[in-house]
Amino acid sequence: MKLTWWKVSAILLLIYTVIYGFLVEAPRMAILNETIRNLFFHVTMWFSMMILLIVSLIHSIKYLGTFTIRHDEIAVESVRVAMVFGILGLLTGMVWAKYTWGAWWVNDVQLNGAAGTMLVYTAYFLLRGAIEDESKRARISSVYSIFAFTMMVVFIIVLPRMTDSLHPGKGGNPGFSTYDLDSNLRLIFYPAIIGWTLLGVWLLNIKLRINKINNMIIK
Amino acid sequence: MINSVLSIFLKDALLEARRKTSFAGILVYVIGTVYVCYLSFRLIIDVPTWNALYWIILLFAAVNAVARNFLVETRGIQLYNYLIFSPSSFIISRILFNVIYLFSIAMVTYLFYALFLGNLVQDIPMFLISAFLGTACLSSILTLMSAIASSAGGNPSLVAILGFPVILPTLLTVIRSSKNAIDGLAWSVNMQYLIVLGTLFILSLVLAILLFPYLWKD
Repeated sequence: MKLTWWKVSAILLLIYTVIYGFLVEAPRMAILNETIRNLFFHVTMWFSMMILLIVSLIHSIKYLGTFTIRHDEIAVESVRVAMVFGILGLLTGMVWAKYTWGAWWVNDVQLNGAAGTMLVYTAYFLLRGAIEDESKRARISSVYSIFAFTMMVVFIIVLPRMTDSLHPGKGGNPGFSTYDLDSNLRLIFYPAIIGWTLLGVWLLNIKLRINKINNMIIK
Repeated sequence: MINSVLSIFLKDALLEARRKTSFAGILVYVIGTVYVCYLSFRLIIDVPTWNALYWIILLFAAVNAVARNFLVETRGIQLYNYLIFSPSSFIISRILFNVIYLFSIAMVTYLFYALFLGNLVQDIPMFLISAFLGTACLSSILTLMSAIASSAGGNPSLVAILGFPVILPTLLTVIRSSKNAIDGLAWSVNMQYLIVLGTLFILSLVLAILLFPYLWKD
């Protein structure tokens, strides 16, 4: 494993997140109590998932612009890694929900948006599986990816602001209010986002190299 | 551009009016579904159930209708379309045709629904407007999904697989807005949902126009 600067910083940031996430002084709020620590895992994973999906979107657009197959490969693998983070985010969210709201899943717009996103990208993989020809598959899945991402962004960002929501920070307030995040927590929050994103990029890198080797073996 | 859009639209409308097979097929499907619901429910007094069932029936009818419209074209007709029309005018006229088509199906469904299961709607104009915007969004999203599915081999179930997640926001908004209309709430309350529906429609229309040329090269 080549120890580049970003891999080392990914490891260090994540170790820092996990250790200090549990050691830092958590500010007390009703209902939330200690579970606010999940903030470092659940929310940061969603952030890094969004970043990876934006990477995928950019490469889908680039593919339609230039038609080089490399962009399509990066697009699909970053969606794959994003899905991993999405599933982890959903699981951590469900655990958090069970202890604060009392149920594993509630009827909340953000949760609907999360489920919708998972379904959309599952459909993306199904679509890719249905087409044999490589360039046709790349073209059609790029089109679907761009369309679905835009609609999902609208879904996740616009709708929660219009309706009441159980999620902290919603129900009239814009997404993530930086004003009510304790400075102590912020010290761990932002590095955690960077850490998870770098981990995602690392996974993406490895997967792309595996694919390249597979392609060389086939040839 | 407007001329070509209109001419394709008229061509589709004329073909449909003469053959009537697909419209009649969807009507039979819808009326059959409503009748089965009538046999199970007899009379629905509960507003959320009435609303939800109506939109579920419409959703499945819409997916069937749009998929059938797109996938019934043979290779020859597809080649003809490709040679003669520009992609943007083709997709705009297809979407407009599907909007009118789905809205008329929605109206007939509402008629039979009210006949069998009781009419609970208190604010009918508002209900019609939200139904119109809802079917417009459904039509534009499903038309692009059918285009993707027909490029990917013409498998009808692919339209449903691709379409359902993307349709979720539209469906949630339209169910909420039509429930407000059924309850007879003031227009100011419902306006935000109608604006969201309008925005979703324009967004999906613009995206379809931008992305369809890449599917066109088939």
